[in-house]
Amino acid sequence: MSALTFTLKYRPDQRVDMSPLVCQKLATLELAEIAALTLQNGKRNIRVDELFRITGFDAQHIVIKNGFNKLDFIGKELEGGKITVEGDAGAYLGLGMKSGEIEVSGNVGLYAACEMKKGFMLVNGNAGDFLGAALPGNKTGMKGGTILVKGNVGERAGDHMRRGNILVEGNAGDYCGSRMTAGTIAVMGQTGRHLGFAMRRGTLLLWNSPQPSARFNDCGTHTLAFLPILFASFKKLNSRFADSSTAFNRVQRYAGDMSEMGRGEILVKLNSE
Amino acid sequence: MIINGVTIDATFAEAFPMKATRAIITAQNEKWAMISAQAMTGFATSVIACGCEAGIERTLEPSETPDGRPGVAIMIFAMGGKGLAKQLETRAGQCVLTSPTSALFAGIDGGTRIALGKNLRYFGDGFQVAKLIDGKRYWRIPVMDGEFLTEATTGQVDAIGGGNFLVLAKSQPQALAACEAAIDEMRKIPNVIMPFPGGVVRSGSKVGSKYAALGASTNDAFCPTLKGMVKTDLSADTESVMEIVIDGLTKEDIAKVMRVGIQAVCALGAENGIERISAGNYGGKLGPFHFHLQEIMA
Repeated sequence: MSALTFTLKYRPDQRVDMSPLVCQKLATLELAEIAALTLQNGKRNIRVDELFRITGFDAQHIVIKNGFNKLDFIGKELEGGKITVEGDAGAYLGLGMKSGEIEVSGNVGLYAACEMKKGFMLVNGNAGDFLGAALPGNKTGMKGGTILVKGNVGERAGDHMRRGNILVEGNAGDYCGSRMTAGTIAVMGQTGRHLGFAMRRGTLLLWNSPQPSARFNDCGTHTLAFLPILFASFKKLNSRFADSSTAFNRVQRYAGDMSEMGRGEILVKLNSE
Repeated sequence: MIINGVTIDATFAEAFPMKATRAIITAQNEKWAMISAQAMTGFATSVIACGCEAGIERTLEPSETPDGRPGVAIMIFAMGGKGLAKQLETRAGQCVLTSPTSALFAGIDGGTRIALGKNLRYFGDGFQVAKLIDGKRYWRIPVMDGEFLTEATTGQVDAIGGGNFLVLAKSQPQALAACEAAIDEMRKIPNVIMPFPGGVVRSGSKVGSKYAALGASTNDAFCPTLKGMVKTDLSADTESVMEIVIDGLTKEDIAKVMRVGIQAVCALGAENGIERISAGNYGGKLGPFHFHLQEIMA
């Protein structure tokens, strides 16, 4: 079936709210009805067909071509189906998504997968700050699903995260895993300052040693039985995480944040053995 | 019907509905997985007094287990779901949680979910960690040898208990040798357990007793020492009878394993002292599942 494709005709100066263009909302609409939908663009509303050339018909697979960093709220509360973005995406990609899949070939902005509930998000480029976090003022970030970022992620990745996996092949910025309640963040590259700041529970899985912190206590070296199961669950991904040579089960365990409830953990791959 | 000189009685084994579950125990090596599995399935020969019937289904290669370590699949059968859940949890807590290097996983993905390690987590005293991986919840419980990893739930399914056949032989050693041969073959079949010691029971029972407090008592019609005293079911030269009891997930599983077992006994044949194969039933009053020996062996 031919994917429902929105090809951007030009780059508007103001940001665009793309939230009406999700699979479940378009499933019952004719092409003419989709074309007549309006999108918030700055302070005005514009028709979809003013901004995009529309082709294809399968609303379960939406493709957005020529994406750029002002297309916000792509895949907001997505409930099934797949959205592919060719190019970059703006802020709030997959905000509160309930299920389904989002793939972006380029970079994504702030608050990607923010308060995500389930599903899978693949970012082939870099992600901005607050990946999988909670909206400002809210207490619960990502609650489930998996985010895979092949590049780097900004600051506060997984802020207030409650459940699910954030997998980062590159580096993570400062405050990675801050205020985490649970879930797993795996970072293959380097991590910034204040890793796991005010972390309550959850796991930060690292391939490289983080900067030392007085807020985390060393619990020694361990072989953990759940790690092979966790890595096995990554096998289906098109990622370095699926490569068995990157997997490990020997770790240095740090518990913290001791200034919070201290039930979180940083697990660092042991390279010396 | 006669196979290799062994008479197959025109009778049937009578079985009844049960609830069943399976769990997978892994450990650092097969030795310790087996030790844990043996402990977990100990004192579980009959629901009459044990609360459940349990047994080792088979050993598992590392490639077959969730954590890639050697493992053992065990099955537990009980008369009801509530009893099964209680037995599973108690046994997991006392026999697997305690066993060095062990981990515990669900052996049935579907069915009604019952607690496996879900409540054992409280042993962690607040230091336990949950991990949801591919839709399955695991608990990491800190213990003195490291971490005890357990899946939160396993599946409970409808099953059948009480499939059986009797081996009638000219001597006790010959009856036992035939049963051992049968069990060796039957243990290769999945989805079934033979819950009695070594898979063999020498004290088959009948319903009722002269003592009011007892619901079951010795099956006098098959006791060779009573041949002259009761309405016996044995011929003059039968000196020993042993029974193999089978619990399985489906009627087909039990029929299949009964056939394999009886074939192994018949392979020894009359020349090794095997006289007859019979089965235990209660006139069709106890259970809805009837395994007719001659149909199974046809």
